[in-house]
Order: sequence, then C-alpha cells, then structure tokens
Amino acid sequence: MTRHRGRGIASINYPIGMNLGGDPSQALVHSNPSGKFTVALSSIDLGQGMKSVTRQICAETLGVPVEDVYVDTADSDTGPHCMGSFASRGTHRVGNAVMAAAREARGVMMEAAAEELEVNAADLETDGRGNIHVKGAPHRAISTKDVAIAAQFKQGKTISGRGIFLVPLSDVDPETGEMSPATCYAHACMVAEVEVDDETGEVAMVRMDSAYELGRALNPRLVEQQLVGGAWMGVSHALYETPEPYYPNPAHGPRDFVEYLMPGPGDVCPHDIAVLERPAADGPFGAKGPGEMCANPVLPAVANAIFNAVGVRIDDLPITPEKVLRAIKAQGGARPQSRR
Amino acid sequence: MLELRKDIFADERDDNLKEIGKGTQRQDMLGHVTGTSAYFDDHKLQGMLHLKVLRSAHPHARIRRIDTAEAEHAQGVRRIIRGSDVPRNLNTLLSLINFGKDDEPSLAVDKVRYKGEPIVAVVADSPREAYEAIAKIRVDYEPLTAVFDVEEALRPGAPVVNETYPKNTFTYHERYDHQKLRFGDVERGFAEADHVLEQRYQMSPIEHAPTETNGSIAAPDTNGRYVVYTSTQALFFSLDTCAKILDVPSNTFHFIGGTVGGGFGGKVDTLTEPLAILGAMLTGRPVRYVLGREEEMQYGPPRGAERIYIKDGVRRDGRITARQVRAYFDSGAYTRLSSYAVVKCAAHLPGPYTIPNVYGDIYCVFTNRTPATAMRGFGVTAMDFAIECQMDKLAHLAGIDPMEFRLINAYRDGDMKAHRREAKNTALVECVQVAAEKAKWPLREEFKRMSSRKDGGGSRAEIPPTSREPAASRATPAQQRTSYDRGLSVPTHDQRPVAPPPPAPPPPASSPSHGATRFSSVFGTRRR
Repeated sequence: MTRHRGRGIASINYPIGMNLGGDPSQALVHSNPSGKFTVALSSIDLGQGMKSVTRQICAETLGVPVEDVYVDTADSDTGPHCMGSFASRGTHRVGNAVMAAAREARGVMMEAAAEELEVNAADLETDGRGNIHVKGAPHRAISTKDVAIAAQFKQGKTISGRGIFLVPLSDVDPETGEMSPATCYAHACMVAEVEVDDETGEVAMVRMDSAYELGRALNPRLVEQQLVGGAWMGVSHALYETPEPYYPNPAHGPRDFVEYLMPGPGDVCPHDIAVLERPAADGPFGAKGPGEMCANPVLPAVANAIFNAVGVRIDDLPITPEKVLRAIKAQGGARPQSRR
Repeated sequence: MLELRKDIFADERDDNLKEIGKGTQRQDMLGHVTGTSAYFDDHKLQGMLHLKVLRSAHPHARIRRIDTAEAEHAQGVRRIIRGSDVPRNLNTLLSLINFGKDDEPSLAVDKVRYKGEPIVAVVADSPREAYEAIAKIRVDYEPLTAVFDVEEALRPGAPVVNETYPKNTFTYHERYDHQKLRFGDVERGFAEADHVLEQRYQMSPIEHAPTETNGSIAAPDTNGRYVVYTSTQALFFSLDTCAKILDVPSNTFHFIGGTVGGGFGGKVDTLTEPLAILGAMLTGRPVRYVLGREEEMQYGPPRGAERIYIKDGVRRDGRITARQVRAYFDSGAYTRLSSYAVVKCAAHLPGPYTIPNVYGDIYCVFTNRTPATAMRGFGVTAMDFAIECQMDKLAHLAGIDPMEFRLINAYRDGDMKAHRREAKNTALVECVQVAAEKAKWPLREEFKRMSSRKDGGGSRAEIPPTSREPAASRATPAQQRTSYDRGLSVPTHDQRPVAPPPPAPPPPASSPSHGATRFSSVFGTRRR
C-alpha cells in the first residue's frame, strides 16, 4: 500500500446576478426620531450575511455608524419587491438598491442638517460617528439624532429613501447565442493537494491554496466564511456527494446523513486564501459577490490532483474510492505524474 | 486563513471607507448563537394542523383510480386534498417571467412522472395521523416505461416524460430543442490544431442538504388574508407563484421569512407553500407542511446531473484554437429552473479563456426522476468541472505546465467573448499568479509579468466570421473518444454540411459594447 500525493489546479470566472439581468431588487430606508435607521427588504438571509452586508452598505452611504442601522428582511407587507437570494445577486443587486435608498435618505438628512446649522447642504459632511458638520469646521456640527428630531418635529421632513437596482433584461440571439449575460464577473484560482491511497482508492485532502477576486470584500469575515465553507462544498461535490450513486440508475438514494456522505471535521485540511479586489463599475463600492463561485474551482482541482498523484482521470463525479480503485487497477497500478 | 491582497489593482480603488471593508460582526449573530433567531418552524400556532402528501410509488405510471374513502374517515383527518381541489393545478416556476409553458401539477391527476410525485395531500391533527391516513389511500397505477438517461430520452421512440414537451426537451426560441452558441468556425480551428481531444464528463445530481428542510406554515389571518411563514429563498417569487396556483390576488398573502437555515438553491421551488395555504383555506385552520429529511433527500429537488462532451483543438504553443461543447441538463420530470441554467451555461462558454472558435449546443432534457432545480453555481459548476479537467488534459498533451497553460489562454480586458461582448474588469491572470505564489508553484518570469490589463483586445477583440446553419440538426450521441493525434482524427459527431456555409454578415456594431442591451426584448417565450 502506498499513499501518493498530487497537486491539481483550476481557474474559473463567475457571472454576478441572474443571467440576462431583468432581476430587480428594491429597498426602503427610513429614520426614527432618534436618528436610527431601518432598512426594509424582502430579501432573504440564508445564513450568508445578507442583513449584515446591506447594513454596512447603508451605514457607509448614510455616513452613520453601523450600530445606527438595523436591517429587517423578508416581510412582504413591509419589504418592497426583491427577486430573491440566488444567482450571486444579493450583494450586487440588493446592495445597490440599499445604496440608492440610503443616498436618497442621506440627501434629506443633509438638507435638514443644513437648515438647522443655517448653511448650504453642499458644505456639510458626515463623520461616520453620528455627527454632521461643516467641511473644515468640525465644531459647527449637529448629531444625526438632533437632525432626525428637527426633521420630524420641526421641519416636517421624512428622512427616508427608496432604492431599486435593475440590470435591464438582455435578449438572446437564437442562432449565435449573442447576449449580455452579466455586467461583472468574479474570478478564482485553486490549487488542491491530495493524498491517494492506491490500495483503498481513498482520497484525502492535504491542503488548498486559492486566490479569489471579488470586486471588493465588503466584510472580509463574511467573505472568509463563504470561501472556506464553499470550498468544502466543492470538496464534498468532488469526492463524496450523490443522491444517485449509480446515475442514471436512480436506485440506492440516501434517506439521511448516514447514507448521504459529506466530509466531516476529521477530513478538514488547511486552506490558505488570498482575496483580490478589482472593483466592478456597477457594484456597490465595487463589490461583485463570493456566494456561488467559491465551490466551483475545487471540483476540477481535486480531479486534476488525483491524476497528478496516481495517473488516473475520473471524469464522472463524485470521485469515490470505488472509481479510483477500478481506474488504478485498469491501468495496472498507480502511475504518479511529475511532482509539482 | 484569509489574506487581503490590497496591493493588486490598488489604482482602481479608494480605500477610504469607514464601515465597508471591516469584519463587523453579523447583525444576527447573537440570535443565532443563543438559539433565539426565529425560523419559519418556530411559529407554532393554536389549532395548527399538519399536511403530508401521498407520493407516487412509480417513476412513470398512469393513474387509473385514487380511492381515499377509507382515509377520509381515518382518525384525526380534517381534509383530503386532490388535484381537482387546486384552483390552477398546472404551473411552471418561470412563468412569472414568461419563460416556458406550464408543465407541472401541484398534485398529479392522471399520470405520475417521477417516483415520489405528490398525488394526494392529507391534512390531519398530527403528522402521525396524516401518515396513517395516507397508508389507507389506494392508488391504482398502470406502470409505464420510464427513461432515466438524458441521451436515451432524446432517441426516437423514447417514452414521453412530460406531454407539454413531447420531444423530452425544453423548447428554445419557439423552434430549437437546445440553446446554441456560435462563434467563429470550430472546424477551421480543429484544422489549425496540433492536437484534438474529445472527452465526456458526467456531473452527479447533488442534494442541497440544508440544515433546515423545506417547509411553511400558513394560517388564516384577519380580513380574509393568510399569513405564511416560509423557508423560501425568494419571498415574492413564492408569493406570486402561490397567487397564481391558488388564483387569488397577491395581496391576499402576507409572507414572512427572511431567516433561513441554508438554501443553496433548494428553496426557490415553492414546494410547500401552495398546499399549506390551500389546506388553511379549506380547513380555516393553520396548516404546517414540512418535508422530513428523507423526503428532502429523495423528493426535494436536487442539483441536476449534466452530461458534457467537449472537443478541443490545441496548438503545440499552448493556444487553444477551437472548443466545441454539447451538454445535456437532466431536468427530471418537469422544467422548474433548468431551462434557465441552460442559457446561462451557453453564456459561460468557453470558460474564462479567449478561444477564437467556439461552438455550443446545450439541451434541457426531461427524464423520469425528481425534478432538478437551482444549486450554487447553477449552470456553471458542472461545466467548470468539465472545462478545467479538459484544460489539465490539454496542458498535458501540449507538454505545458498547467498554470502557464491557463495564463496563455486566459481572457483579458478588451478580448471578445464568445457571447459577443467585450471582456472588461477581468482578473483571471492575477488569480492564477497569486494562487501560484501561495502554493509555491514555480512560474517563469514572463508569466509572472502578465496582466489582465495588458495584451488583450486588438485582433482578440474581433468577432470572427461565423457560419449560420439553415436549420437545427440534432447531433447523434457520440461514444467517448479521445484523439491525441490529428492523424488519427475521427469524424466529428455532429453531421453538419461539408461545404462551409457563407460567412455571416458583419456584426451590427463595429465596436463591442459590453452591457449593450436591447430593452423589451423577446427571448424564447420570455417577454417583458
């Protein structure tokens, strides 16, 4: 029995938002009398951090601390229309809608502050800590709370904003497939290292090194959560998961997590990630979105690493020990390729 | 471990933001870690009933008779729901954007098309009583021949899975059984190549396996409305789908969701809401319909399988001269969203590389299995697996380092993509360089100096003459075949005319304009 190590790579890109566009999202932002803001959405937080990333986008745009913003998601009576949380569209589409709503609300807030300070709104700026002051004269300031009170009880203004973001729908040429599928793309490259046991056919992950380009990492910790989790979903797709082990024969489907295999804590390996930021022209603060694409490069990188380790190509997923072992036997034993 | 490489593309970015770029703790963290975040199933309502469905025992069968007499009198049963009780018992999800034909009933009436298809719903006081009543329902089936393989489903005489699409393929542009991509002339590209390689790849179906299974709770509200707590990934999409199926105005419903225990694409199909609401309408009581884990794994829609054939030509210097792709998406018994993924897949070809000749035929095929749906990387994940395995093999054939091989072919700013839009804001070159650096993978100096912002455009920005075929001819399924040497080249599987058709007229716009769109467009049957 020998364990062979090998490395494989894959590089990919991924379109942001629904293919062809035509997928709007809306947002409403309003302030209460204490200068605290609510973002009303009908978008869904699946655990990916929709509430958190839109909260940061709103706070940055308004120029207030993130603690002064609360995001309420997914109530059809209060949240305006959103196409949904899929197609890597949350950060890009919903983020842009929130940004537009927050910009409109900020406009009212600055006008109200200008009236209180008796200056021109164009001469004001926010300090990001809950105050608005005259540019170059920080002492001529008013808190957002005082602005909100004045706007509502004295000036009769609503500090609120509406936002929508829509990439207009593209058509598709039936003959050539000419189309505008997306306005921006995320990118990635993954190097996977595996160890293949030529007696059992088992494949163990040794390490992953990757680079992901995402426009801008709006919250690096949420990005890390997506990239780490997504990579393991990729490993799981490559080596473990199938509800139809003998596809296209539909038999032997799993009924629970005893029968449906996934990597467990004992299978985890180090994953060293670099994040690059090439801002998208139409992304909120340049952001694209890490949601879906992070799993994609892992599947082929693992398959290519297995070839490098033992010289077999498994082109049918998942790459189970049975398939690896049969392929090794068919070629008369492991044939490690040049180490790289 | 995550490292932010702020040094790369620094000149395209301001880094003067206050809240953006910070690793701020999630707004919902406290609720999640203390177990107080409210999910749909945390709404236990007074008098709540439970809905379960009887599922088909056969992958393909005519239903002769359904006998619910005994079940109706079973203990705890409040209501039996059959297909005839559903106001509009035929729908397709993307009808909301006018794409595709209604092809799927909420409850099967005359035929079942996959094992596990819902036939009858039982609303009872407890899940156990619902299951016990289901066991008392008798369905008289006439089993039909089933088809499970995408290429077998396309053969003449194959069983018709779904009568809405009698050829077992979704219809594109009201005339084709697949989506085409045509860019340049792949035959010329293969002729210019030193190696031609054709391979077959098979993506498995995948279960989304969310922690929280699909489900919803619907309850009569005041003033004739219904409140619906749901695990949906798309609140209004689900709401509008329910309004259509139940034939009521959309403001009848107050949908509440937004905190969901994982989706990954498996919670877009509005699986449970229509029947839960109908149950509430028919009983006047709150109704809960939640999939168990086995139901979720067996009959909740999976990521669909895809079978992909790729044929590439590559020169000794590592340049890919042509890429021809034929792919079959296994949609299962109904369309759901696979029709959409096919077009997205066509747009994705030939991957993030600049290849002068690209040809794609992508099919959405119906088989007698659980309908497939969206999953993370929808339309792209399987194709990336195929393309990147193929890239590794091509590099091996040409004797070139696989990292350098990708850099040789990587798309760059200003290049023309196969869907005829200019590549902008690209960063594949830099990702490969940084990944190589992280993995201590040696790259030669000239490859380290490459940039997405250099050496693109020019001749790479041109749209090559592309032949237009007079009519679609279905490609016959090819055996897996590998030609490592052009001398051993075998005829292509695609029997297109030998004489090259006249070159296409020049593209309407001489300069490519990324993002140029035609509004109010018509795509297939999709109209806005």
